[in-house]
Amino acid sequence: MAEQLYLIAEVAGRTVAIDSDQVESVVDIGEVTAVPRAARAVRGLAALRSRVVTVVDTEAALGMNGCTLARRAVITAIDGHHYAMLVDTLEDVEPFELRPLAGGIALEGNWRNAARGLVERDGEPILVVDLAALVPASALLS
Amino acid sequence: MVAPGNFHRGPMDDLLQDFIAETRETLEALSGEIVAWESQPDDRARLDAIFRFVHTVKGSCGFLDLPRLERLAHAAEDVLAQVRDGARVPDRALVNAVLAVVDRIGEIVEAIDAGAALDDSGEELLIAALAEGSEEIVLPSPVAQRAPSRSVRLGVDLLDRMMSGMSEMVLARNELARRLRVGEIDPAVEAALERLSLTVGEMRDTVTRTRMQKIDALFSPLPRMVRDTAAGLGKSVALQIEGSDVELDREMIEVMRDPLVHIIRNAIDHGIEAPAERRAAGKREVGRLCVSARQSGNQIIIEIADDGRGVDVARLVQKLAASGIRSERDLHALSDAAKLELMFHPGLSSKDIVSEVSGRGVGMDVVKASIDQIGGRVELDNVPGKGLRIAIHVPLTLSIISAIIVGAGQQRFAIPRQSIEEIVSERGEAIRIDQLGGTPIATVRERRMPLLDLGHLLELCPDRERHGPRMLVIVGAGAGSYALAVDEVHDNEELVIKPASPAVMATGIYAGQTLPDSGLPMLLLDSAGMARVGGLDFSRDLSAAFGDVIEEAAVPGLPALLFDDLDGVRRAVPLAAVDRVEKVSAAQVHLAAGSHRLAIDGRIVPLAMQGALDGRERLSVLRLKDEDAEVAYAIDEAIEIVTLPAEIAPARAPGAAMGVALVEGEQIEVLDVLWVFDMHVDRVAAEDAPLCLLAGDKDGWLATFVRPLLETAGYRVAASLAPGEIPAVVLAADAADPGTPAAPVVRLRRKRQAEPGDDSVYRYDRAGLLFALEARVGARGGC
Repeated sequence: MAEQLYLIAEVAGRTVAIDSDQVESVVDIGEVTAVPRAARAVRGLAALRSRVVTVVDTEAALGMNGCTLARRAVITAIDGHHYAMLVDTLEDVEPFELRPLAGGIALEGNWRNAARGLVERDGEPILVVDLAALVPASALLS
Repeated sequence: MVAPGNFHRGPMDDLLQDFIAETRETLEALSGEIVAWESQPDDRARLDAIFRFVHTVKGSCGFLDLPRLERLAHAAEDVLAQVRDGARVPDRALVNAVLAVVDRIGEIVEAIDAGAALDDSGEELLIAALAEGSEEIVLPSPVAQRAPSRSVRLGVDLLDRMMSGMSEMVLARNELARRLRVGEIDPAVEAALERLSLTVGEMRDTVTRTRMQKIDALFSPLPRMVRDTAAGLGKSVALQIEGSDVELDREMIEVMRDPLVHIIRNAIDHGIEAPAERRAAGKREVGRLCVSARQSGNQIIIEIADDGRGVDVARLVQKLAASGIRSERDLHALSDAAKLELMFHPGLSSKDIVSEVSGRGVGMDVVKASIDQIGGRVELDNVPGKGLRIAIHVPLTLSIISAIIVGAGQQRFAIPRQSIEEIVSERGEAIRIDQLGGTPIATVRERRMPLLDLGHLLELCPDRERHGPRMLVIVGAGAGSYALAVDEVHDNEELVIKPASPAVMATGIYAGQTLPDSGLPMLLLDSAGMARVGGLDFSRDLSAAFGDVIEEAAVPGLPALLFDDLDGVRRAVPLAAVDRVEKVSAAQVHLAAGSHRLAIDGRIVPLAMQGALDGRERLSVLRLKDEDAEVAYAIDEAIEIVTLPAEIAPARAPGAAMGVALVEGEQIEVLDVLWVFDMHVDRVAAEDAPLCLLAGDKDGWLATFVRPLLETAGYRVAASLAPGEIPAVVLAADAADPGTPAAPVVRLRRKRQAEPGDDSVYRYDRAGLLFALEARVGARGGC
């Protein structure tokens, strides 16, 4: 299987790999406008130049008690809307080969929906997450 | 005729322009058909195309008052109708004559567009040539008559790109302005920025105009259509049109044209009953039809409401079941709303629900499909026997809207200006806020409406540093209006609204997002969505019930005159007590026998005042009247009439003020008119009544509870003495110092039982008190 570029980031204290095709850019988010009554994972709205993005608290989206202080975000476009996915740290961009999750591994919370497989970095398995699965959609809310 | 270069056009001119453009386009498309028909005169499809063309031209001409064109088109239509019926054979002469007419129509249209006169010679000949057996006319070679066209056709895609580019430009301008304002700004740069802003603003308006059109283009032909349709059915319908100036995408207007016409025809044909039936149902003979458009967030809502018989849902179900398209059990399992939506079911053939009037081969399913196609939706509100309301929600593909920025908690939100009826302060004049059960309601000038608090609705933390009254933004949300309480109202801004992500839209409260000049994203509130989330229900029955319940809770405020008093204090006086306000000269005022009196209307009226005349030459007086008594009250100036709230904080001690009321956030002393009368009316009988001095009345108990009793019993009562005045008796609370040794004292005690040797009176023993007073006054031998 061909190698693909992955962005290695830390989310909720775990190292994850994000398919670089999903990453439009990496930015530091400025002031965020709250969106009252939106799902917990919606941190708010932020301006990136003349564009408004929806800031997603990735920890909350993964089903944890999201309260990340992270300001760094991965910008991704899903269905014509732009989202800023908050990440704790960004480590590297490296080519990896995607491998399937070994049978029998049960991930908890929303990790299960987001997981797309794993990559191996110097023997350390890193979970590949699909950002689209972390974006709160109206369908998921109802 | 329209003069070229005239940009300030009315709706008729717009229609004329549309007609010209349309006719020109059809002619272009038709030219091929004409040539083909010429070679094959018995080709039915081509004949139909030409027939439709002249038919349309004829219809439009009648409306636009173009008799010349109408006559030509009418003549051609007649002949073509005969051909269609088989009454005439399309021979060469006929074909030529028709084509000559079609050409002539094209020429006249171009002449109208160019504003040029076109000589009408030969038109009679053209019409005559259409007659049967007339000679074949020679087609003139097409004259190069056409004026250089002033319009071009552009793809919608291109316009969309232009529009979104424009939006970006506005945002870039905003960002530039923001960044420049961070530091010191060079005046030259400022001026350049100003110019850029102005140009961008104008440009944006122009670009918007390329895409938007007043919905009047859709509405203006309706009166005639309604009249004709109703007349054809022997019905009488009054049409009301609202919101003609709402702007809509040109594309949407085109898509909406047929569905709107169909819905209206349906309403007249099936909804509105015949006059006799209406009379029997207790309705006015003239049916009512209301077509309105309004903007709500980033949607345009077109509403068609009639007061006819509504939709018989049971019959609808029956028909569908009978047609076998869906099983009866399925149908009965549907919710009421879903059953009503069956009227859009394709299974209802036009034969079932459409008569010859509404039946143009278009069923309601086609209407629904057209609306779906532009991403719109239809809402139905059916009241059997009372009418049907169809609301079509059309999305605005581009929205630069004018919005009001409001603050709640520590956040700011935008509300589309168009959905705002007015903004008032909750402490404003004629504004009340009450709790009806557990529901807050606002009364704004006798109009009652539900009240939503934006901060509560959005679950925001209140801004603790904020003081002062909230503002009430009265917003319209479809069927009704409500008051939205916000902490602050900031300014008005033109905003480029973009759709928010699904995660944000899922809240149901927002209509979109925007990036204002502040650089911080802002949410646009959806007034209808807030009402929905806030649990407001504007359905007809409930709103009627709502109106009934609150009617009972109405407590009218007290109308009062607000004035500046002589002592510089702003006071209010109940309006009912004021006979009139007059300006008088200071010479009419005379200080005699210890009090001011005013000579007016040949009489002497006691003049009350707080403060001094200070050598004024003229002054205003309030003429206060109570039965036969009259007092004038000198003031500086009358200001306005206000409504005092029902709650007035009463004054601790009796005096000129009966209490304090909150008027527009200000505490206003309310003049005690009875006190004024009491102190100033010349009452001969009262002048020599024994004076009872109240002493030691620290808590106001004597003045409040005992004084009325004493006054009824014929005493004058005072809390302090005028110089040289001697009371007939002193009423002292407990062991208070009577203050004057010259008068007998009656003491009141708090305990029921008296100690031995105590001649005081228990404070609740009315009879005992009066007896004691009488005894003391009498003992002094009268006064």
